[in-house]
Amino acid sequence: MSGRKIARVVVSILFVALLATPLVIKRLAARLEPSRAKLDAQTALARYGFYLEEVAKSSGVEFVHQAPTLDQNLEHIMPQVASMGAAVSIVDFDRDGWSDIYVTNSGEGSKNRLYRNAADGSFKDVAPEMGVADVNQAGTGVSMGSVWGDYDNDGYEDLFLYKWGRPELFHNDAGLGFTRVTEKARLPSWVNANTAIWFDYDLDGRLDLFLGGYYSEDVDLWHLKTTRMMPESFEYARNGGRKYLFRNLGEGAFEEVSAGVGIDTRRWALAAVAADLRGTGRPDLFIANDYGISELYFNDGKRFREVGRQTGVGFAPKSGMNAAVGDILNHGRYSIYVSNISEESVLIQGNNLWVPKEGTAGDSLRYDNLAREMDVEMGGWSFGAQFGDLNNDGTLDLYLVNGYISADQSQNYWYDFSKIAGGNSTIIADAALWPAMEGRSLSGFQQKRVWLNDGLGKFINVAQAIGANDVYDGRAIAMVDLWNRGVLDVVVANQKGPLLIYKNTAKPENHWIEFELEGTVSNRSAIGAEVRLFWNGRQQVQNVSGGSGFCSQNQRRLHFGLGKNPQLERAEIRWPSGNVQVIDNPSAGQSHRIKEPA
Amino acid sequence: MSQSTGDPALIQPLEITERRKIRFDNRYAAPLFITCILVIGHLAYGILESYERTALAIGSAIVAELVLGRIFYGKWINLASAYITGISVGILIRSPAFWPYALCSVISIMSKYVLRVKNRHLWNPSNFGICVLLFLAPETVAALTIQWGNFIWPLLVIWILGSIIIWRARRFHICATYVISFLALAFVRSWITGDAWLAEIAPVTGPMYQLFIFFMITDPKTTVRSKVGQSIVAFLVALAEMFLRLNHVVYAPLYALFIVGPAAMLIEIWMDSRRAAPAS
Repeated sequence: MSGRKIARVVVSILFVALLATPLVIKRLAARLEPSRAKLDAQTALARYGFYLEEVAKSSGVEFVHQAPTLDQNLEHIMPQVASMGAAVSIVDFDRDGWSDIYVTNSGEGSKNRLYRNAADGSFKDVAPEMGVADVNQAGTGVSMGSVWGDYDNDGYEDLFLYKWGRPELFHNDAGLGFTRVTEKARLPSWVNANTAIWFDYDLDGRLDLFLGGYYSEDVDLWHLKTTRMMPESFEYARNGGRKYLFRNLGEGAFEEVSAGVGIDTRRWALAAVAADLRGTGRPDLFIANDYGISELYFNDGKRFREVGRQTGVGFAPKSGMNAAVGDILNHGRYSIYVSNISEESVLIQGNNLWVPKEGTAGDSLRYDNLAREMDVEMGGWSFGAQFGDLNNDGTLDLYLVNGYISADQSQNYWYDFSKIAGGNSTIIADAALWPAMEGRSLSGFQQKRVWLNDGLGKFINVAQAIGANDVYDGRAIAMVDLWNRGVLDVVVANQKGPLLIYKNTAKPENHWIEFELEGTVSNRSAIGAEVRLFWNGRQQVQNVSGGSGFCSQNQRRLHFGLGKNPQLERAEIRWPSGNVQVIDNPSAGQSHRIKEPA
Repeated sequence: MSQSTGDPALIQPLEITERRKIRFDNRYAAPLFITCILVIGHLAYGILESYERTALAIGSAIVAELVLGRIFYGKWINLASAYITGISVGILIRSPAFWPYALCSVISIMSKYVLRVKNRHLWNPSNFGICVLLFLAPETVAALTIQWGNFIWPLLVIWILGSIIIWRARRFHICATYVISFLALAFVRSWITGDAWLAEIAPVTGPMYQLFIFFMITDPKTTVRSKVGQSIVAFLVALAEMFLRLNHVVYAPLYALFIVGPAAMLIEIWMDSRRAAPAS
């Protein structure tokens, strides 16, 4: 055999081997994945340090979200347009020391729920008597989400409700009821919003409010003037809703200042989160946008600077649907998790985990997307996600919900979706040109992700094993210690699905500590305050958030898992006012109520 | 989408006589054009997954071409074809992982050397590599399906520039046949599905189609020789695509070429051998 023939044979064998490579990689990856079978509680506890049990019904919570019915010109793609609105936020509205749950509904005339925690394992809906139930009346739009913050510093958390419609502000009357104060606050008459957060951007001790539009605010989704209201591009759209920054003037009045402080964008915002990313003491603002790039605004005190491209988070356009921050590496810095879309063989955007690049800080801060390296990249059609230490081992885990439209399981809409998504703006922007969905699913029935942080730079998905087995179309997720047991429970709001409450049981050997902060010089909700905890030679930073994830807000109380035999050194609290408070040797196993020193 | 060179040892310009008249080597028109698309697309719209992944795709294709050319023909091969293959993979493959870029490029180049009949290779290299990855690694790999920003001008620039280059290469009839067939068959699809005609033609406004039309279906070495035959094959690709689209296949054009292209080549090879048989 000639040399060339031998070479041809060798190359042919190699060629076949290369063709087989993807299959080999797939098989190896499958072997490395943990079992998808649900483990019994004791095995899950022993193996992963916790397990979840869904207890909504047994706790008296029987809520099923309703979607809106929009203009009949959208009938053919209604499930897609009316695909959001299931949201959840956590608040202790009556200051009884037990976290309550507020849930939005989105059907016209449907009622939102405020589940008061009865402290005995049950909840009772008190929204009607509190005056925050009947908020989806025809002509006023429907709820998309809510955030709580004590805007008037009276000690009680007030409710801001954002809608596709008229946003509403409700003043909390000492936990006895709510008074609608929308007009006094000078809020706009109509915003198609899907995100809002409370934060004190100017550090004046009063909570300000960011509100992000999705559809343009001149669109009434129930009475369309035109069907050209869809995004003009799947990845470069700039025809979304405007953004609002309401500066709190005191006395219940707000002034809209967004353009004046440098926030002037019409991208399709779906999530926002504020945190002091540079250590300046001022909260920076991150916005995850659908149909485009994310935006990061550095807060320079009086103005914001958009630095998405410069920092690396705002270059590759995706479908941002979540923004949550967490110190996942226990190095005292926040990483940012953004969820996107991944559908096998069609669209693989991958989620983003933006981790501060080594050696960069301050204005030169840069981020690397380490989602793939840390195994938190593929989450299907991802929506809400939150960080929290579910097994109290001292590292932040990540819970992600997903699934877009679960309808006819045997047919999917992906082909038509990809067809139109690839079209020029003249085509994609016109809802009339979108092919009819005809009952088909679009990335429905997806398995959730509960990624356990191994503390060594990797996450492992244990969702099925520990009991997170639902396949509803998840939207919002909130973490909260519902029964003051020192563990984070999980509340999930599903689009056109039930509200789920996953009760957590964590390994008792792992310890914990919680901090409940109250501002005095700073805003009373202490939103923006940071606790930096040092123990066993480790540190972790967390901040009190005025909203994070997708259409959700965790409990304000900060929960730290500590692992076994913790030796707590100190907790450094940095208040938004700039005050720094140090608590030496705080005790584990309890929640510390701390008031800001005057 | 790569313009393959057929027998890599014998890289031929598209029109030798044309080339002699002008200084610019036509072989480099396509690489330059695709580089322009990549640079403009990325700087303006960030179409690439990342610089590193694209560089990996290009580098892998070039290394594979050099090594295989040396092994098979004992000489260093002109790298224009490999460059186009690599850059095509870099643009068209979408994956958060690195390995698909390298693997796709190498498989694409190797297909030219391995999958040969009568000393002609059958598949357009990057069409083969991309389809293989889409078949075998769907959980990790997708193809580019987005559009060029929100504006019409990038679309027009690419169409005009691409048409000029293809016209000079005397292969415009292939593109024209395909596009006319696609638009006409979109009417048929629209009639069958009830979807708007504009929705049916939406994909053709995206970059994947432009690259597909200007680089893949016109590949000199994986299309039949006669002008009429080339037009018939272009029509058949559009026709196969229509049936795939009616069956909701997302990457219908890529798969249509994957099926029709080699079939046409095999028929031509068979007809050539029949013609040659009486003569011998």
